[in-house]
Amino acid sequence: MRLLTHNMLSSNIRGVVNGFPLGIEAEKVVEREVELSAEFLRGVFPKIEWGALVAGARALGHPDLLPGEADASMLASDDFLRRFHRALLQLHVEEGALVCPETGRRFPINKGIPNMLLHEDEV
Amino acid sequence: MIYTAENSFDDISGKVVADFGCGCGTLGVASSLLGAEHVVGIDIDPQSLEIASQNAEDLEVGINFIWSDIKNLKLRGPLVDTVVMNPPFGTRKKGSDMEFLCMALKVASRAVYSLHKTTTREHIKRTALRDYGAKSAEVLCELRFDVPQLYKFHKKKEVDVAVDLWRFVP
Repeated sequence: MRLLTHNMLSSNIRGVVNGFPLGIEAEKVVEREVELSAEFLRGVFPKIEWGALVAGARALGHPDLLPGEADASMLASDDFLRRFHRALLQLHVEEGALVCPETGRRFPINKGIPNMLLHEDEV
Repeated sequence: MIYTAENSFDDISGKVVADFGCGCGTLGVASSLLGAEHVVGIDIDPQSLEIASQNAEDLEVGINFIWSDIKNLKLRGPLVDTVVMNPPFGTRKKGSDMEFLCMALKVASRAVYSLHKTTTREHIKRTALRDYGAKSAEVLCELRFDVPQLYKFHKKKEVDVAVDLWRFVP
């Protein structure tokens, strides 16, 4: 599971007001290289919740990869693009869990697939 | 389907694509092969996801899968460009095709590609435009599915189903 996917996922447990972002418990993280597309990164940047991405990178063992805050002017920097690309698309959580920020409920991640099924009483 | 989405409408290459009810991952894999930057496949059945995962690995495409009921999944809208899907037709669980369509139109920012039975065409168009906020709903073409006897609840050896390929703009 990439951090780009994490950036879209929210806890939908009944009663939860703001289920985003989910916390990450990373037990196994792998990095897989993919080609960098500056055009894609510049297009997706305004839609990304930056704080969630930074917290995600930290949870995956890369606390210094991204600046705490970012604005569009940084997209002109190749170094920034590389870091953004690495965090968003190259780091993968294979084993671990996503955690609801309000209830603490864990959604396990196995073989890179988070189990977001809700129990009957959570719907 | 994905070929049309990409070549006629530029909805796949370099985009974030979600495959709702991905099953064995066919549409997601096709999207990836046609240049989608990031693909997310969602399904409720763990065995399908296992196969989908294997398919993606065999073809060396990176797809993120999510094990979830589409009704209960909360996806932050702007990030998904295009939703592609071959949803359940609603023959077993009435209305499941509409549930999928409703969710898809909430999540996609560019387009939704979906397959629905031709017999439901007017209902789909009306509901999508009136109730689900679609700006447009177009049947791109009509297909014929030759469905063999796959499941226990299938009574005939084989059935010919007329299916519409739709493009919706959210």
